[in-house]
Amino acid sequence: MRTSGWLPATITAVVATTPHARVLTLDVPAWPGNAPGQHLDVRLTAEDGYQAERSYSIASWGPGTAVELAVDEVPDGEVSPYLVRDAQPGDMVEVKGPLGAYFVWDAADTAPVQLVAGGSGIVPLLAMARAHDVLGSVAPFRMLYSVRSPEDAMYRAEIEALGRRSLELTWVYTRRAPDGWGGTVGRLTPARVAEATWPPERRPLTFACGPTSFVEAVASALVAAGHDPARVRTERFGGT
Amino acid sequence: MAVFTRGFGSRRRESDPRVPPGQYVTEDFPVLSAGPTPRIPTEDWTFGIRTEDGAVRSWTWDEFMALPIETVETDIHCVTRWSKLGTTWRGVSLDTLFAQVETSAEHVMAHSYGGYTTNIPLDDLLDGRAWVAFEFEGEPLAPEHGGPARLLVPHLYFWKSAKWVRGLVMHEQEDPGFWEQNGYHIHGDPWTEERYW
Repeated sequence: MRTSGWLPATITAVVATTPHARVLTLDVPAWPGNAPGQHLDVRLTAEDGYQAERSYSIASWGPGTAVELAVDEVPDGEVSPYLVRDAQPGDMVEVKGPLGAYFVWDAADTAPVQLVAGGSGIVPLLAMARAHDVLGSVAPFRMLYSVRSPEDAMYRAEIEALGRRSLELTWVYTRRAPDGWGGTVGRLTPARVAEATWPPERRPLTFACGPTSFVEAVASALVAAGHDPARVRTERFGGT
Repeated sequence: MAVFTRGFGSRRRESDPRVPPGQYVTEDFPVLSAGPTPRIPTEDWTFGIRTEDGAVRSWTWDEFMALPIETVETDIHCVTRWSKLGTTWRGVSLDTLFAQVETSAEHVMAHSYGGYTTNIPLDDLLDGRAWVAFEFEGEPLAPEHGGPARLLVPHLYFWKSAKWVRGLVMHEQEDPGFWEQNGYHIHGDPWTEERYW
């Protein structure tokens, strides 16, 4: 499938999902549908013609013209503060996509899947978990979701529900856990990664997405534990 | 029909002629890698060029370090829309390497430790436009950025600058590499926005 040109999109809903992140639903009449895990480019045009473009992962999947994004505000950013603070239903943007054919879950694949998310890295993984849930896939799914504190978890209620219904869910809190939570608080160690993920003998396909340092640590821990590097797919954001 | 985004533009940055269309400037150094970061000790590292008749010219790390080394100051541009201006690298020019290789093939597939591949026309690698770089901002190149050595082809989107590069294979025709099979453009010129299929 060839990438489209810029497609007009209307924001139809904005919902806060954390104190610094928002879920935006777009209606894109010309959207061709997308696979779980893909991303798109967004272009904003100011009234004087000034433009800015950014890439965002897609939280939704499948056919249809409703496209869901979840955007975390980048301090000092240019586009994310607009999308998180200013954009309202009825506002228009343009999108190009869907993009990427590698960080994608194939719903016909029944191999075990390990999802590992750090912060807003949950977005493309949620698309996979949603597809898996809705399709009733028999692929065993596990999700490890690392957040600073309970309030920083995007889609918290939905992910808890998926955890009760169709995947095995492990939370990691790096700064503060919910009251009464018995587990460890702090950065993910290789031992905790090994504990909360499929063992290498299951030959899972792993998708890890999050800040660069988080994904580096997780992917290194998985390889050190004996996972085939070719079955660990990664997407990183932010610098070193 | 132009699509305007109501109320957008209050946080805009100054435009800079060094930034290609659709890019924004970042001060940090993001990482685009499809998988885990391979770790290759320099004592195990080799770099080779295989020509169309099967001949291989290869260098060990020590042999490579004995080649003429150039300092390169350049801007870099990632297809995920960040650009980084005024970066400084040290490495060996591909002109130096290809001076020791006989080939009439016009296409190159770069291969990396870890299995990554990317295709580049030979013309884009010659005439002072491409290097195998092993130092960034005065430090050994970090593994997550492609160390011990990566290709540096700064006039193309940065996925062409293969991290952990271990060799080049000459091809008679243009075959797509990893990202070129997974959605990215076969060539990748940032100034004409050759981003996607």
